[in-house]
Amino acid sequence: MFEGGLYPYWIVIFLMMTGLYVVISRDNLVKKVIGLNIFQVSVIMFYVAMGKVRGGTAPIEAEGFTVFSNPLPHVLMLTAIVVGVATTALALALVVRINEAYETIEEDEIRELEREEEA
Amino acid sequence: MTGGEVDLITRVSDDLPALQIAVPLLSAAVCLLVRRARAAWTVAMVVAWGSFASACVLLSRVVESGTISYAEGGWTAPWGIELRIDLLNALVLLVVTFICAIVLTASLRSLDQEIWSENHHKFYALYLLCMTGLAGMTITGDAFNIFVFLEISSLSSYALIAQGTTRRALTSALQYLVMGTIGGTFILLGIGMIYMVTGTLNIADMALQLAALGPNRTVLVALACIGIGTGIKLAIFPLHIWLPNAYTYAPAIVTAFLAATATKVAYYVLVRFVFSVFGEPLAFGELRLDAVLMPLAIAAMFAGSFVAIFQDDIKRMLAYSSVAQIGYMVLGLSLASVSGLTGGLVHLFNHAIMKSGLFLVMAVVVLRMGSTRLDAFAGLGRRMPFTMAAFVVAGLSLVGVPLTVGFVSKWYLVMGSLEAGLWPVAVLILLSSLLALIYIWRVVEVAYFREAPDEAPDVEEAPISMLIPIWVLAGGTVFFGIFTSLSVGLASAAARMLLGVEL
Repeated sequence: MFEGGLYPYWIVIFLMMTGLYVVISRDNLVKKVIGLNIFQVSVIMFYVAMGKVRGGTAPIEAEGFTVFSNPLPHVLMLTAIVVGVATTALALALVVRINEAYETIEEDEIRELEREEEA
Repeated sequence: MTGGEVDLITRVSDDLPALQIAVPLLSAAVCLLVRRARAAWTVAMVVAWGSFASACVLLSRVVESGTISYAEGGWTAPWGIELRIDLLNALVLLVVTFICAIVLTASLRSLDQEIWSENHHKFYALYLLCMTGLAGMTITGDAFNIFVFLEISSLSSYALIAQGTTRRALTSALQYLVMGTIGGTFILLGIGMIYMVTGTLNIADMALQLAALGPNRTVLVALACIGIGTGIKLAIFPLHIWLPNAYTYAPAIVTAFLAATATKVAYYVLVRFVFSVFGEPLAFGELRLDAVLMPLAIAAMFAGSFVAIFQDDIKRMLAYSSVAQIGYMVLGLSLASVSGLTGGLVHLFNHAIMKSGLFLVMAVVVLRMGSTRLDAFAGLGRRMPFTMAAFVVAGLSLVGVPLTVGFVSKWYLVMGSLEAGLWPVAVLILLSSLLALIYIWRVVEVAYFREAPDEAPDVEEAPISMLIPIWVLAGGTVFFGIFTSLSVGLASAAARMLLGVEL
């Protein structure tokens, strides 16, 4: 599994931190959702890297092939991708509604409006 | 009965674990198709009370003959997905399905006011989907399945919260979505790491493989990821910031439902992973989880209650009180002893009953007064005597007065900390209860000792369809405070099972 270095895992960590940073640092809600998406994708890559075996083929039994990649993590990620799409769709739908209600999608401006509302 | 009928009944009852998930899932689609508010409500009611009945049957079967294992689609574990019901999750399932059913019973009038009637059937569909996810997380024996059901319940709960009447419901729902997704993704990452070292996704099989493997860094990182992920969903202090807004701005019925179920199931998942999968030696010996969780739990108990005292919106006050109560549950877990864990699990049961009762009272106040600000409670003690009496009973239970359920859970937590030689923790538990007394007293004082303003419109008592569920829950806090055999008996048996102590 680890043959040939750990570089896929470095990419995973880089993507993960990028996503988390975007979620925390951006005020624009659409950018936040994109950051969230990157964060989720990093875990998908983690599973895919884990299942891949160097020199392994797709797990179809045929003559001449003895090394197979593990298909299970790859199949799990089909579900995770669906979850990711659903989350993004719901988040964007909420952003559209927020834009209708507040006429802005900048978090600092929304917070300002909410503070005025309370006062 | 003919032989064929008996055959059919046993066949159906053998499939109860699968039906527990499949029936609400399919009925959610039925709710969308019927398109009529009352018809959708009827469907949801039948399904919710049916699920509760089935949870009762499953619990009695587990008590009689031990753990139930159900191979989904006939594929046996560890290859297939297993539904595995033992004492621990049978208890959690009972709580979740009961709260779903009783809150749904009270929902009609409150929804008429808070949600546009065109959307009612969609609301019930989401409610059933959320229930599917929560029941699935509880009874599945497969780690990846936990993630999938977690996302089903989370996505539907974000949508439910966004139905609130003010625009702040939207921003609260998005905030919860962002944090909840980060939490869910951390859980997924942790499960991936365990899969990496064990090659299995079945929880029971994972536990065997990990025990054979011994401590290793990947396993510790996996535990940390799952701890953070469930910590966000459970709203452990300081990961709770999504909770007060979400509970305050969601429709009152949604708050009563989520406050009593979603965080409880997240607590169950944490307990399951810490004790069943990683095992006590690894979690508490190698990683010193108690050193992290205990201070956070105590901080939650004080910070939550303290902030609650200064809230003007009583719904928000109860939300902060939830943060504190979650602290007690986590404290029970971090003691890692039979009494401590019994206290945590009993509190799961007890807090679900009292908080859903209190939030249903809030639903009534919103319905009659249109606001849950402290001023709205002026004189309500005389004008809505039955509703406010229920608030007082459930509130006293939150404080932990003897003869209520709150006392029972705190008793076990204090016992657990004394057994561990941590008497300062026992003192802190008692002190934080006094804070709860202060915030409950503020409401009682305004409701009973302040006159309603002269220009206040006449208010009626709560509609009977809401009063009965409220009093079932308020009565439950007293009943289970006196007759503790069901809650404490099951919780301590589950705690012994988790810690591997003989009965």
